[in-house]
Amino acid sequence: MGILEVKGVNKRFGGLQALGDVNLSVVENTVHAIIGPNGAGKSTLLNCLVGKLIPDSGSVLFDGQSVLGRKPHEINQMGISRVFQTPEIFADLTVMENVMIPCFARRDGAFRMHAIESVRHEGEIIAQAEAILADVNMVNKRDMVASSLSRGDKRRLEMAMCLVQEPRLLLLDEPTAGMARADTNNTIDLLKEIKQKRNITMCIIEHDMHVVFSLAERITVLAQGRPLVEETPENIKGHPKVREAYLGEAQV
Amino acid sequence: MLGLNSRDFKLFAIVVVMTLAAPILLNPFPVDSALGQSFNAGYPALMQRFVIFGLLAIGFNILFGLTGYLSFGHAAFLGVGSYAAVWMFKLLSYNIIPAMILSVVVAGLFSVVIGYVCLRRSGIYFSILTLAFAQMSYALAYSVLSPITNGETGLQVYSDDPQVLMSQGDPIVPHLFGLEMNSSVTWKLGGWEFIFQNGYYLAAVFMIAGFYLSIRIFRSPFGLMLRAIKSNQTRMSYTGMNTKPYMLAAFVISGCYAGLAGGLLSAMDPLTGAERMFWTASGEIVVMAILGGVGTLIGPVLGAGLIKYLENIVSKINDTILHNWFAFMPDWLDNLLVAIIHPFIGKGWHLSLGVLFMAVVIFLPGGLVQGGQKLGGLFRRRAKPAETETDSVVEANSKTPAE
Amino acid sequence: MDAFILQILNGLDKGSAYALIALGLTLIFGTLGVVNFAHGALFMIGAFCAVTMQRILGLSRTVIDETQTDFLGNPMAVQVPYVQDWFGAAAGATIQDWSVPLAFFLTVPVMLLVGWGMERGLIKHFYKRPHADQILVTFGLAIVIGEIIKAFYGANPIQTPMPSAFVGTIDMGRYLGLGEGAVAYPTWRLIYFFFSAIIIAAVFAFLQFTTFGMVVRAGMADRETVGMLGIDIDKRFTLMFGLAAAVAGLAGMMYAPILSPHYNIGMDFLVLSFVVVVVGGMGSLPGAVLAGFLLGIMQSFFSNPAFKGFIVDALRLNDTFTGTVINGLDQIIIYLVAIVILLTRPRGLLGRKGVMEE
Repeated sequence: MGILEVKGVNKRFGGLQALGDVNLSVVENTVHAIIGPNGAGKSTLLNCLVGKLIPDSGSVLFDGQSVLGRKPHEINQMGISRVFQTPEIFADLTVMENVMIPCFARRDGAFRMHAIESVRHEGEIIAQAEAILADVNMVNKRDMVASSLSRGDKRRLEMAMCLVQEPRLLLLDEPTAGMARADTNNTIDLLKEIKQKRNITMCIIEHDMHVVFSLAERITVLAQGRPLVEETPENIKGHPKVREAYLGEAQV
Repeated sequence: MLGLNSRDFKLFAIVVVMTLAAPILLNPFPVDSALGQSFNAGYPALMQRFVIFGLLAIGFNILFGLTGYLSFGHAAFLGVGSYAAVWMFKLLSYNIIPAMILSVVVAGLFSVVIGYVCLRRSGIYFSILTLAFAQMSYALAYSVLSPITNGETGLQVYSDDPQVLMSQGDPIVPHLFGLEMNSSVTWKLGGWEFIFQNGYYLAAVFMIAGFYLSIRIFRSPFGLMLRAIKSNQTRMSYTGMNTKPYMLAAFVISGCYAGLAGGLLSAMDPLTGAERMFWTASGEIVVMAILGGVGTLIGPVLGAGLIKYLENIVSKINDTILHNWFAFMPDWLDNLLVAIIHPFIGKGWHLSLGVLFMAVVIFLPGGLVQGGQKLGGLFRRRAKPAETETDSVVEANSKTPAE
Repeated sequence: MDAFILQILNGLDKGSAYALIALGLTLIFGTLGVVNFAHGALFMIGAFCAVTMQRILGLSRTVIDETQTDFLGNPMAVQVPYVQDWFGAAAGATIQDWSVPLAFFLTVPVMLLVGWGMERGLIKHFYKRPHADQILVTFGLAIVIGEIIKAFYGANPIQTPMPSAFVGTIDMGRYLGLGEGAVAYPTWRLIYFFFSAIIIAAVFAFLQFTTFGMVVRAGMADRETVGMLGIDIDKRFTLMFGLAAAVAGLAGMMYAPILSPHYNIGMDFLVLSFVVVVVGGMGSLPGAVLAGFLLGIMQSFFSNPAFKGFIVDALRLNDTFTGTVINGLDQIIIYLVAIVILLTRPRGLLGRKGVMEE
């Protein structure tokens, strides 16, 4: 029984079957990649997991509880964090403030009226935030406004914001999309480091095979909204069905 | 001190001192001099408006400055607060304490309802909806709910009102346990005259308290959440935060401030009408905040003061005064200038306001505070760019959380 | 039944005005992404074009008429309008009488010019600024325009009569087969309705059948894509703004005989038109038109004392507080509908997902 169980999920947009009978099982403490050519339904699937879309049928269980019909913030409070294709950070706030917010979310839940206390006196929150900034090597940038960070640093910051919540499942939506090779490698290193240090369950949606094979322990291949195979990386490489789906798309 | 960091405390102390000393500071010219007649602002009726509208702008800033949600209907809460206070005067007595309490409570409840509906949408929808609901409140007050609001005539206290808590010998003007709002002490010093009025000081105390509370809110985790909502709502919900109650709380706090300001207006003069809720009144609140500097602590207070001061001066100026000013010029230039300025003065105050409004939005979106910072930055020629905002939650170099 | 039809008819003229303003608003923020709080001011400028035309045609010189004497026995000074000088007394008087429709020739160029000036001079610089700034600057502009009008025309409503041929009512009962005199409807309001219908149809035809319209519609759907096709969309959008201004102006011009123009008329109509837009669904042109008529008719029903009296009687609320409130409902019915719509269908009647929601 995996920590995330997707069973028979269907989603239609008008005449288009975006997801057809998708089954997926993410085992705790592994890195699971979902790959597939463009339009295979990867992003739709991810949006179904985080509450942005509701599937027409099927079930999505996280740790035995259904996530369907819950709002994104409720799903996050269950222990699922998400990293976006383009980093979603609080661009107007400082780096430190950016990481403090998830600390508050973790401690105080979805809403708490604490309008009189000063943020400066939240020692425990500040300590947590500083620790995570040290982890991602951003201590020296703590007072920079997030919008002035480099692209790579924005990605690190977003990752830090997710990690500080100590999620039980981290969803990554093409974390290296549009990155130069050097940045991509840095991100891979960062993710590997996180995996080593924290042993977090991750589910990566990715286009770039280099990233997938450097990280993933299990891979699900989606094509035209349907799961093709679910295998280990070694077995995926030579798999005839995958080759067929990717024909001309990328070297496998 | 007082739970504020040193910078905030300095700002707060300056505001307290300035507010308390305003009757002196705002009367720099002898009372009979020409300058004094035109530019002195230290008389109670005007100073009351400074602090009451300052309070209103502080509350508006908690909503717009922190969350970026632009409400075009804030005058509705001001009006509701005014009506509630006058009703307390009518039913209980002229003591202002129950009036202030009810005006805050009623405005708060009203803003829960309006906020709940308007916050179903964000961005421009929100602005449009608040504007619409303010106009609805205006229509309600002006005609539909005439039994409660006394319609066009306006609500006031009549001698046959119940006033059940009123005993023989109580003042028949708003008072605080016998301290009449409109009585004052005048202090003459040579050609100067300083008036210290109870009403002004009461309103000033509320404004100072409101200002203090707003600093605390700005620096609190709640304030941080509101700024995060302004910055990125998507990330906010994917961080496990429910943005709706945060927004509603900000909206209601802001509505309560407006209600209190409305109650104070009634306490200064126990008479209110629907025109306080008209859309121009809402617009004026927005102008105050923008002019001073949205999202800064002191900006809205400055904006409110400046607008009310300009309104007072500009409405007083007439063509004769202008001709006096330009007397040194050749006649044709004098006449030309007067002709150009004429539409903007006297009854043309709203035209000046509109032009000022546009000019600030176009040229100085950060308002006076940002303008001042830019100027200051130019003078000091600091190597690093001027810090644009004083609102960083954790100070740049204080690594110890406990100050 | 007759009264029912009359109420629907009564709602049409106000509904048409709402629909025309809402249409322009929707066009502007659909294409330019700007919410124009000064759109009501455009409606008002149109109304004052009618006033101005009336004044221009009324310009006259003073003649001493020896045949008549005033009450002091002196020869009387008579005002002779120039148009009567030029075209003869009868024709001149007719021209004056038709000043509102003739204002068309003033309104269209003025509105195009105002729209062009507004877009190029102000709005253009705000495309990349936050929505709040756009709202604020157009709001400031609305105040300024209103005050300028006030400075020139005063604060009081100005009577702007319709051509005398259209004064009075038309017997709609006969046309609708309900019997003679059953439904008497003011002629000018009927004209207003047909006029609006023609403009609405023209706007839709223009968007549907011209290349320009196609680009605009594409731009409403996805601005960036159209920009990438290499179409100079900015220039077209300037024209679009002028067009929306002209539509609002014409709506105001023709409305002048129904409601005497004053300097606040713009904001009054704007607020209601915004509600119309929200109810219809932001970004939906048919939604704007549909909601405009719907709310206009709704308002007409609730301003009919007989209808409200019926409700009050049926609920046995005579002389109660609730009864009084029901009698005032016409003032707020539009807002109440907006609340219900928002709580049940937050995107409006015909709204699409994702329009202007950031």
